[in-house]
Amino acid sequence: MRDETVRLALPAAGEATERPISIAIVAMGGQGGGVLTDWIVQLAENHGWVAQSTSVPGVAQRTGATIYYIEAMPPLDGRKPILSLMPTPGDVDVVMAAEFMEAGRSILRGLVTPDRTTLIASNHRSFAIGEKIAPGNGIADGGAVTGAIGIAAKTEIIFDLNALAIAHGSVISAAMFGALAGAGVLPFSRDSYLDVIRKGGKGAKASVETFEAAFERVKAGPTELAAPAKAKPVDNIASSATPDPQLGELVARLNQELPEPALGMARAGLRKVIDFQDVAYGGEYLDILKTLHAADRNAGGGAHAYAFTETAAKYLANAMTYDDVIRVADLKTRAGRRARIESELEMSNGQVLQTTEFMHPRMEEVMGMLPAGFGRWLGARPRLLGWLDRRVNRGRRVRTYSLPWFLALYVVGGMRGLRRRSLRHAVETAHRDSWLKAATEAVGTNYQLGVEILQCRRLVKGYSDTHSRGLSKFDRTLAAIKLVERREDAADWARRLREAALKDSAGTALDGVIQTIKTFA
Amino acid sequence: MAERSFAREVEDLRLGNGDTFRGEGILAITKALLQSGVAYVGGYQGSPISHLMDVLADAKDVLDDLGVVFQSSANEAAAAAMLSASVMYPLRGAVAWKSTVGTNVASDALANLASGGVTGGTMIIVGEDYGEGSSIMQERTHAFAMKSQMWLLDPRPEHECIVNLIEKGFELSEVSNTPVMLEVRVRACHMHGSFACKDNVRPAHTIKDALNNPKRDVGRIVLPPAAYEHEQEKIRTRMPAAIGFIRDNKLNEYMGPKQGKVGIIMQGGMYNNVIRALQYLGLSDAYGNTQIPLYIMNVTYPVIDAEVAEFCLDKDAVLIVEEGQPEYLEQAINTVLRRKDIQARVHGKDVLPMGGDYTAQVLLGGVREFLEKTEPRLLGNRPPAPDATPVLNHPAVEKLKQVVPARPPGLCTGCPERPIFAAMKLVEEELGQHHVSADIGCHLFSILPPFNIGATTMGFGLGPASTSAFNVKADKRSIAVMGDGGFWHNGLTSGIGNAVFNKHDGVFVIVDNYYTSATGGQDILSSRAINKRRKTNNSIVQAVKGIGGQWVRQLDRTYDVGKMRDTLKEALTTKEEGPKVIVASSECMLNKQRRVKPQISKAIKDGTRVVKERFGVDEDVCTGDHACIRLSGCPSLSVKQLDDPLRDDPVAAIDNSCVGCGNCGEVSEAAVLCPSFYRADVIHNPTRWDMFKSKVAMSVIGWLQRRRDRRRPALEALA
Repeated sequence: MRDETVRLALPAAGEATERPISIAIVAMGGQGGGVLTDWIVQLAENHGWVAQSTSVPGVAQRTGATIYYIEAMPPLDGRKPILSLMPTPGDVDVVMAAEFMEAGRSILRGLVTPDRTTLIASNHRSFAIGEKIAPGNGIADGGAVTGAIGIAAKTEIIFDLNALAIAHGSVISAAMFGALAGAGVLPFSRDSYLDVIRKGGKGAKASVETFEAAFERVKAGPTELAAPAKAKPVDNIASSATPDPQLGELVARLNQELPEPALGMARAGLRKVIDFQDVAYGGEYLDILKTLHAADRNAGGGAHAYAFTETAAKYLANAMTYDDVIRVADLKTRAGRRARIESELEMSNGQVLQTTEFMHPRMEEVMGMLPAGFGRWLGARPRLLGWLDRRVNRGRRVRTYSLPWFLALYVVGGMRGLRRRSLRHAVETAHRDSWLKAATEAVGTNYQLGVEILQCRRLVKGYSDTHSRGLSKFDRTLAAIKLVERREDAADWARRLREAALKDSAGTALDGVIQTIKTFA
Repeated sequence: MAERSFAREVEDLRLGNGDTFRGEGILAITKALLQSGVAYVGGYQGSPISHLMDVLADAKDVLDDLGVVFQSSANEAAAAAMLSASVMYPLRGAVAWKSTVGTNVASDALANLASGGVTGGTMIIVGEDYGEGSSIMQERTHAFAMKSQMWLLDPRPEHECIVNLIEKGFELSEVSNTPVMLEVRVRACHMHGSFACKDNVRPAHTIKDALNNPKRDVGRIVLPPAAYEHEQEKIRTRMPAAIGFIRDNKLNEYMGPKQGKVGIIMQGGMYNNVIRALQYLGLSDAYGNTQIPLYIMNVTYPVIDAEVAEFCLDKDAVLIVEEGQPEYLEQAINTVLRRKDIQARVHGKDVLPMGGDYTAQVLLGGVREFLEKTEPRLLGNRPPAPDATPVLNHPAVEKLKQVVPARPPGLCTGCPERPIFAAMKLVEEELGQHHVSADIGCHLFSILPPFNIGATTMGFGLGPASTSAFNVKADKRSIAVMGDGGFWHNGLTSGIGNAVFNKHDGVFVIVDNYYTSATGGQDILSSRAINKRRKTNNSIVQAVKGIGGQWVRQLDRTYDVGKMRDTLKEALTTKEEGPKVIVASSECMLNKQRRVKPQISKAIKDGTRVVKERFGVDEDVCTGDHACIRLSGCPSLSVKQLDDPLRDDPVAAIDNSCVGCGNCGEVSEAAVLCPSFYRADVIHNPTRWDMFKSKVAMSVIGWLQRRRDRRRPALEALA
């Protein structure tokens, strides 16, 4: 290129070199993006502008990510502007995201740039399938979106538009329209927005209320980026009025025997364990915890803020409160449970609630409840067991709040007395002991490895097949840890193994890590 | 008909002189057909042209007033064959479908039609499903136009231009005795815009006139020697006639300055984005006032040699903006220029990408490179063009790439197809993985998480046919899935008939949800609704048996996961020979909700006893392993983080969009998952008996609950 070309003056191409106002709406199919698009087009047309909207519903109509795009501009001397059919990265005035990760996606598409873009986004989450199917916690990190918004947006208006819409009996599109008006990026008055909604007819009243609430919310000033406050869940841990002197002793023991960093977790653990069985079981919990804490101290846990004890307090409680038939029946028959369902369903006075449980007990569960010796005897007789299983093993629809079914569940839920002698308890206790033994042995030589082994308990969860798969992953993980326990980076490998085990249900990722370990161990 | 009403859109079809139409592109096209005096319209639904079919199906009164015949064709081949009405009679006709998939199906009829030629104007409206958001393979309809010699219109994406071109297109078709294709891209179909309407025109000659006065001419039938004659006619008569008409009526447009060292030639559909790219370069204003000469091909086939030559004659170079591959136009224009020995250099795919959407951003890059190579002075002082790369390269944004999850489409809340795939998943766990041929339709989402079922898809209704090679004795059998839409489109013969005839041992699952749901819920032969204008309620099972199927099982409630699983297992293991056909029927939930929701609201309002069902999860019973989600993927079944320090993983949760389809309970029961699911039945306007029963039960239950609670230790001390 010659130098003079660079210095050439660029004459304006015409009177209006400015570009139309461009608005991209990023949403998931079924979120009402089409309605919002129509409103904005109508708004612009009511002011004599030329407005064009495009969308690609296609297969995205069903829960997929999709994008609606609007351009609008006044005509010039009767000439219509030529409007583009898709957003250009770096050239979008307003991006409206109907979900927080979709806001992130719009940034990745380059639609949000600091010189131009007002980002209006709802910070509520609607989880993608990939986030939901992980056996562990697959939820994407919203903080990364928050960080990127700070970089990319010129102006940001972020709050839970969805919750606001629901609170006003409407849908998110109305809230987004209100936020758009509040943002003041379009040269149109608030009333002209309202005119558009009011013409909508059905549901217009709720839409107007939602619009106004969102408008005020934006006008009220700085928008917070924090996730919306979680509603306090209705507690299903039952309680009685009479204080228990034995319980008081346990609380005193807890405070006395355990280090400060572990106290919170131990309290939660103790609560769960007692709720599961009885106060004596709580004493057992503290006994075990005391032993583990002693090992922690010997291993120099003070330098690690007693992470071993704290982790033990958490996972020991989970291990001791295994999910058996008694626990399920107890939880299902509690008063707090029905109250929670009623509040979730927003039931009013004149309505009647009934619930149906989908139970599928197998002979294994029944056997688990039997006294250990009898259970083992039965377990050694596969033909008899099979015969019994054919009678037990089928789906049962349990009408929880019909008297006969409730009584049945109530009786089962009250069988705690049998629990400690049961086969299931024996199996769980043996498993727990060998796990704690492995952790205790490790913590003496490699502190972090001890902690990691405790955390492997997270792999055991679910019922029936899922539970067996979890157990098998747990076993494979501990066996693999055994291979590397003498290495300095054993704890890292343990963590890697556990994370892999939580990635998919089949254990493919876990097998991959195990294979890697076998190449050098 | 679909549970959605298009009454408002039908009103748009009634607009006349002096009115302004405001709405979607595809509706503007529908209106343009009526303004052109069509005598008949047919087609097959599919994005992006479904709306045309939907609105016409609801527009009986308008069409009857005009004497226009409308058919929901069985498939695109049937639609194309319908155009034969215009071969002998001066009837204008139009058909529409999704392309290139529909054009593939229609090709046989189209080739015959184009060979013999037409008397009445015929127009094929193809929704070019290309680029972002497309649901099909990335190909161009252009090839079909060339191979059969049908004229291809590609109008600027502006309602006025599209409508005008449709009206002219019919004339072009008649003048040249050739079918005309109108190509509209997805975004243009869904584009909101406006145009000044004209009155609808009654067809001068009606279908009835034609039936009453039959005509024939063996010279129009594709059989030697006529077929050879047709080819000569195409070359000697029809092509020159078309070229003459296109030139005389200025269907292609020149814009910008007359003179210039460089110019841009483009498909009409590319115009808006080209203007935007020029605007970024400071070479046009927003109103299309360009500094670079443009030649806009609203007709992309045939290429008008004389127009191209005239445009290129005094230029050093031209850029051809042609979306998709291969670059037919670039090749054609090169040929023109070489033959006429015009020296303008031709750029195109050397500066623009071979495939993919030509967005304003892509075009900006291509035009800039073209100008840098040929006439850099035009770029002036290079005003800053929009550029998101600094943002995209920022570490915080880079990090985001790993975070933002993919969001593939999935089955709707309460979809009746979900339990079918959940059952298949359960069978897979028991009998191992099988070769599964998928088909086109909502059920194709089975190939995505969480189901991950299905190895191939070979086209609409071809799922069963694509297992036909797997017809040997082996330890496992092949499974084919096909929807009711695909079944009636061609699957009955190509799939089931084929399997019966060849004694195929495989399993064939026909997913019957009462509509062609994926395309918007249109009625088909087996739809259960009463449709006054069509004969519905024709049984798939009867059809299968009629064609020779012996092992046929009908499941009337797909949500019965246990039965579904057992039936599949039986089909995979039975000793019986021949195809094992399972027809799994339940109504599409999207359409059902549209139908039922208002009825339920009204009943509750009127004080009638109504039981509303919804599912829920007991969060303290749920262990957070998400096995249920891996067998479901229902949008209303999600996860939530509990405020409990003892819990690491989120638990399952069902939000209030749940429609109570029952899948969750059935799956957890059949798969022996866990007891945390419950179904909540809320009785609205309960009877006195309901109230009494509940009151008695709850007073006893309350007493029992208080009794047990008194015995529990007080845990407040630990809160």
